[in-house]
Amino acid sequence: MFQRFFTELRAARVPVSLKEYLVLVEALEKDAIPPNVEDFYYLARATLIKDERYLDKFDRVFGHVFKGLENTVDAVNAEIPAEWLKALSEKFLTDEEKAQIEALGGWEKLMETLAERLKEQKERHEGGNKWIGTGGTSPYGNGGYNPEGVRIGGQGKGQGRAVKVWDKREYKNLDDQVELGVRNIKVALRRLRKFARTGAPDELDLDGTIAKSAREGYLDIVLRPERRNAVKVLLFFDIGGSMDSHVQLCQELFSAARAEFKHMEFFYFHNCLYESVWKDNRRRHDEKTATWDVLHRFPHDYRVVFVGDATMSPYEITYPGGSVEHWNEEPGALWLQRVAQIYERCVWLNPTPRQHWDHTPSIQLVREIIGDKRMFPLTIEGLDGAMRELSR
Amino acid sequence: MRFEGTKDYVATEDLKVAVNAAITLERPLLIKGEPGTGKTMLALEVAKALGAPLIEWHIKSTTKAVQGLYEYDAVMRLRDSQLGDARAADIGNYIKRGKLWEAFEATERPVLLIDEIDKADIEFPNDLLQELDRMEFYVYELNRTVKAARRPIVMITSNNEKELPDAFLRRCFFHYIRFPDDDTMRAIVESHFPGVKTRLVNEALKIFYDMRKVPGLKKKPSTSELLDWLKLLLTDDVDPETLKQRDPAKLIPPMHGALLKNEADVMLFERLAFLARRENRGGG
Repeated sequence: MFQRFFTELRAARVPVSLKEYLVLVEALEKDAIPPNVEDFYYLARATLIKDERYLDKFDRVFGHVFKGLENTVDAVNAEIPAEWLKALSEKFLTDEEKAQIEALGGWEKLMETLAERLKEQKERHEGGNKWIGTGGTSPYGNGGYNPEGVRIGGQGKGQGRAVKVWDKREYKNLDDQVELGVRNIKVALRRLRKFARTGAPDELDLDGTIAKSAREGYLDIVLRPERRNAVKVLLFFDIGGSMDSHVQLCQELFSAARAEFKHMEFFYFHNCLYESVWKDNRRRHDEKTATWDVLHRFPHDYRVVFVGDATMSPYEITYPGGSVEHWNEEPGALWLQRVAQIYERCVWLNPTPRQHWDHTPSIQLVREIIGDKRMFPLTIEGLDGAMRELSR
Repeated sequence: MRFEGTKDYVATEDLKVAVNAAITLERPLLIKGEPGTGKTMLALEVAKALGAPLIEWHIKSTTKAVQGLYEYDAVMRLRDSQLGDARAADIGNYIKRGKLWEAFEATERPVLLIDEIDKADIEFPNDLLQELDRMEFYVYELNRTVKAARRPIVMITSNNEKELPDAFLRRCFFHYIRFPDDDTMRAIVESHFPGVKTRLVNEALKIFYDMRKVPGLKKKPSTSELLDWLKLLLTDDVDPETLKQRDPAKLIPPMHGALLKNEADVMLFERLAFLARRENRGGG
């Protein structure tokens, strides 16, 4: 049973290794806990999970594997993955799945809504047989791209406190859970490092020591200040909409950057920079930061990196009120200009291949604003060029 | 040796399991959580509860892993030898023991706290892998191995400023201290201020949780700030009614300095309170 738990955790892409599994078995052998499910849950969690961002996945797998025991686990957080929805689209809900959801917290109401939605959807899409994630349409929400499916989040403990997130467009947060396994990204990381390590060298000042000793006539040790990573980076990520197809790449970049820079701040924006940005994409509608505050808070020696495809309607850049999401008083172009003026070291990384740039007016516009030579494709060469530009 | 929480420290069930597992299996315990949720306190309390000596190793950005083992002060020895000091003949005089060495050779099984490990260089945790795994290290200068007679209870805290390497994580137990829910918070308040007026706590907690919900605060107030604030309220003997009335003229709660640690946050809060007041007026 434990082995199944272990394999299911691996299948859910929770990074657990054999070593941790053995520790868990050892702990059980040594009677580290009284024999009840709750303590076992805590023990397994402390042993197998090493990062809070996997706690949620762990809870789900635990609930799934130890079905029938899970009423002792009071914190559940369910996310209906795309596979589920696909299954739903073929056969609505199997009894098994229904049971699963109910076991997770008894969200009958939620399922009703889901069924209703599905019914509606069927009527509207009569004749078609693809529902999910094709051609950039989403069955739920308001016509965005949403390949991740619908998220149903329950918070805290207790039953039936699920929050429906049907209508808001919910994108996956750009977390850094991507492992930097790919060689490409490793190379990219090294490029970033080169750029991050610029600064005064440290260690014992050997030359200084020799010179000083020779002058003074006795051994006199000279030290010089330690080398620090002095580079400060401000990252702006475009999120959602047309960026969905580049999420993987961006996550990898984000992981790499986060590990590398000590002074790194990031913000999200949608399509073009406007008067506010946000840090938590799930709560983007409530927790916003004024762009002015960002520009004031971070001095001009920060290096600014935009990551976005800059692919949108030109009106979104040039006109007030051009944003697809809200009414913006000032055009996005003005905001981009402000950033380009304040931060002299500023680049734009674009995941769309370079050959498409000339055919997209909005990309041209952005390049005009931030400087023609400052937009780089999000490739190894592009990254290298961008880092060189930044460390100039 | 079991840890069951102390009267000053409210340990949740999952925390106890994690601590006890780490004690039983003699492996390091990695503690993460929001600042001010009592990560460092935990080590102190575990040491107190078990009656074990506590060895604290506070990590700074300049700390090197070897400093925890030992340092060989070659410069001092060189100087001494130039001055003809007899001490210079014995290299042992110039080996300074680090915290890890101290912990390994302690007579009682100690609690070793490695505080804020994420502050150090990226390579720091990797450099301690072997030492924490085998609980021994080799001193080249003395040509001998220092080995822990009794494996110390190692507690490591991290504020998540840097990612820790997988190999390191694999050797630890992990616990994430969640921000305490209302009930736990009451228990914590009670343990610090026994017999405190319930009404005051109710009002204070309400303000506190409201404040945490304010979007865009640079530093959300946490448990330790709440406790400081309550202490101030108590010493000043603030009436619960003052907290309750939410006088629009007084924009922010009394003694807010204990909760908001940053002038930008205070300003944000004032602005919000101002807006709230305007809304109240507008709505009649």
